[in-house]
Amino acid sequence: MESAPLSSESLDSATTPVRRSKRSKALLISLVAPLLLAGCKVPSFGAFSGASKTSNDVFKLWQGFSIAAIIIGGLTLALILWAVFRYRKRSDEIPKQTQYNVPLEIIYTIVPIVIVIGLFTATVVVENKVVSNPTPQATVDATAFQWGWKFTYPGHKAVVVGQTTQTPALVMPAGQDVRINLVSSDVVHGFYVPQFNFSRYAQPGMTNTFTFNISKPGVYPGQCSQLCGLYHSLMYFKVIVLPPASYQAWLALKDASTSTADAAAAALANSLGTSARVPTNPSGTNYGVK
Amino acid sequence: MTDLIDRPTTDIAADPGAPHHDDHDHAHDGDHGHHGPSGLLKWMTSTDHKVIGINYIVTSVIMLVIGGSFAEVIRAQLVSPTSTLVSFSQYNELFTMHGSVMIYLFAGPFAFAGLANYLVPLQVGAPDMAFPRLNALSYWLYLSGSITMLLGFFVAGGAANFGWVGYAPLSNAVNSPGAGADLWIGALMLTGFSAIFSGVNLVATIFYLRAPGMTLFRMPIFTWNMLVTGILILLAFPVLTAGLVMLYCDRHFGTHIFTVQGGGVPLLWQHIFWFWGHPEVYILALPFFGMITEIVPVFSKKPIFGYKGMVFATLTIAALSLGVWAHHMFTTGAVLLPFFSIMSLLIAVPTGIKIFNWIGTMWGGQLVFSTAMLFSIGFIITFLIGGLTGIYLASPPLDFFAHDTYFVVAHFHSVVMALVLGGMAGLYFWIPKITGYMLHEGIGKAQFWFMFVGTQVFTLPMYLVGLHGMPRRMAVYPNNPSWQTLNIWESVGALLIGLGTLLFVVNVIVSWKKPIVAGDNPWDASGLEWFTSSPPPHHNFVSLPPIRSERPTWDYNHPDAPALGHGHAPAAATEKVDA
Repeated sequence: MESAPLSSESLDSATTPVRRSKRSKALLISLVAPLLLAGCKVPSFGAFSGASKTSNDVFKLWQGFSIAAIIIGGLTLALILWAVFRYRKRSDEIPKQTQYNVPLEIIYTIVPIVIVIGLFTATVVVENKVVSNPTPQATVDATAFQWGWKFTYPGHKAVVVGQTTQTPALVMPAGQDVRINLVSSDVVHGFYVPQFNFSRYAQPGMTNTFTFNISKPGVYPGQCSQLCGLYHSLMYFKVIVLPPASYQAWLALKDASTSTADAAAAALANSLGTSARVPTNPSGTNYGVK
Repeated sequence: MTDLIDRPTTDIAADPGAPHHDDHDHAHDGDHGHHGPSGLLKWMTSTDHKVIGINYIVTSVIMLVIGGSFAEVIRAQLVSPTSTLVSFSQYNELFTMHGSVMIYLFAGPFAFAGLANYLVPLQVGAPDMAFPRLNALSYWLYLSGSITMLLGFFVAGGAANFGWVGYAPLSNAVNSPGAGADLWIGALMLTGFSAIFSGVNLVATIFYLRAPGMTLFRMPIFTWNMLVTGILILLAFPVLTAGLVMLYCDRHFGTHIFTVQGGGVPLLWQHIFWFWGHPEVYILALPFFGMITEIVPVFSKKPIFGYKGMVFATLTIAALSLGVWAHHMFTTGAVLLPFFSIMSLLIAVPTGIKIFNWIGTMWGGQLVFSTAMLFSIGFIITFLIGGLTGIYLASPPLDFFAHDTYFVVAHFHSVVMALVLGGMAGLYFWIPKITGYMLHEGIGKAQFWFMFVGTQVFTLPMYLVGLHGMPRRMAVYPNNPSWQTLNIWESVGALLIGLGTLLFVVNVIVSWKKPIVAGDNPWDASGLEWFTSSPPPHHNFVSLPPIRSERPTWDYNHPDAPALGHGHAPAAATEKVDA
């Protein structure tokens, strides 16, 4: 980058630092600008920002990967398009038969390795948060079956069960570590809640355990993500996140087998102002489900 | 290894098992004719690698059209959130057979058995494949496997409907009764053995039948990639076939390998399937990488940039591909996440090297935008998108929410549509050699724009709708009407791709009706296949040029061309390795 006449001997000491500092300022700005932007507003790149601290970390990882992908992909695409437009045939002359440029090839081997190590490090940091299982404040056993879900609460009589268009609700307290023990009673299903930025297989003969800590009360749609047979498309559920006191009240109502408990919980969650209303089959078709 | 290099053809000709090509070639003096059956009987009985290669190419392109038509029905269904065009069970059959036909019956057989069969012996200067009868058996196993799979639609209960991955226990006799599933398993066994035999043939041919002077590091990159593909086939396909035997035993002979009830482990199927399935991704991709690597230099009027780097990148991809299968299983909660994450991320490095080498090849060249070149550039751009989105999926926390959504569907459709574009590049490039006649360039370019634009219109909305939470394999999405707009765009893209494919059929018919003779080397290409006539005579060559570099035909045709440049490396460096 240094232009030829710029050497410390030929220039007086007064101008050099100015130039240097100007240049380093520009460099600093170009380095910090993305970070500043990150502080203000980085686009979501289409993903959900996440309903919990952990899922928000996953979202930030997503943003980081997206920025890297756009920079690398953009540069590569620019190189492709430049080559395509700049080097289109202009004469019958045979061009220089360049076959190797070892330093260049080493650079485009090493730089991607460094980027990969960076992406991997960020991955491991976030991954450890996502898969950590702290001592829970509430536990829910979830069982997937063809084609619906059953949610039970160890130590309680509360049971929520529903299939296909009934959309059963998993009720959990907000702001607490909630452990989910997930299993399937038949084939492989997928427990997927888009706004938690999370999915996990429900498998027969094998219990998967994971923890949510959802900060914001509300209703979050979920559905089976792994093909499980005929009515896979309709295997919906929802997660209702209530303030802890309301959750305890709901649990007591369920233990007393009060039939209106779920409706009350849903109404409460909706009244708490949620961005995630769960629409329920506006068409009303039941697709021949028996 | 040295005894494999520089093996003279006289050794091969002296081998009583190998075909004698010299006397044939001189007797016919380059004539395509051969003492043997003609017409339909010729196509059915031939052991000539060129006839078998054409059989494979034609059959697999028919499979592409069949699999593509399933996709069009799927896309028509998804235009509305509550569509009833097809029933749920028909929908499950359609996407299962779409994936199965495309993966098992089109992409692999087209590349590693069709074009490779035709080209590898020509590129190494051999008269035929190493085991011609085994080669014919491969094709007939493939054809019978293809028919077996499609027959599923005509049995009670319909075709297989558990997805092309056939996850246990959904694929067992309780959850998927009916003959369709058994036909699917049988078809995969037949095509699996076909692939294994093709792999044996490719590896043996490339190791033992190279012409004098054709050292390993003078082989065309396509042949290099086919060698590595052949080795990957031999490592991966037997595992799938073994898994299918286990699945069949579970279904019919009362074993409990994949069922919990008898103490089996359903997850084992996923391990077996993906231990084949991920190398399979590269078994599919490497031949297409090879085609692009042949085509881009020709239309840049330059040698391939970083030839040796290209070879090592291919070898690295193959090695890594054997250690990444569980990135398909991150959400099972039963695999070592960091290991499979870093292995998968690392594959981006050699893949990136390939892309940079293609750019380096174009850099400073004289680019001619023939249809084959346009498709090649379309391949590189589409593959770049598919490759970059693959990096996300190698990161377990990101895969946790993208897995089983349309984001994944979009990712691998970017990749496989890149392969389709690459395959089209290959067809436009080599059909003049195979038939002796050119394809129409104008129709070809129109086809390119339909397919390239269609691919992006088809895949890019899929990424978004996946991020909005749409899982794959949904016949309807009644709770989420907001996904409809993106789905309509996807369907428009699929329609454009379909129209592009029709244009290819139109082009074949037009070029057939108004033939334009191609000549031996219409593109001024550099491989040995361009030294012989179009189409080549029965045993391929009347004579061979001296093979003193990886571009023997170029050297022969351009004795006065500027010498190879080596950038900053000393010019002697490569000579040393070659010697």
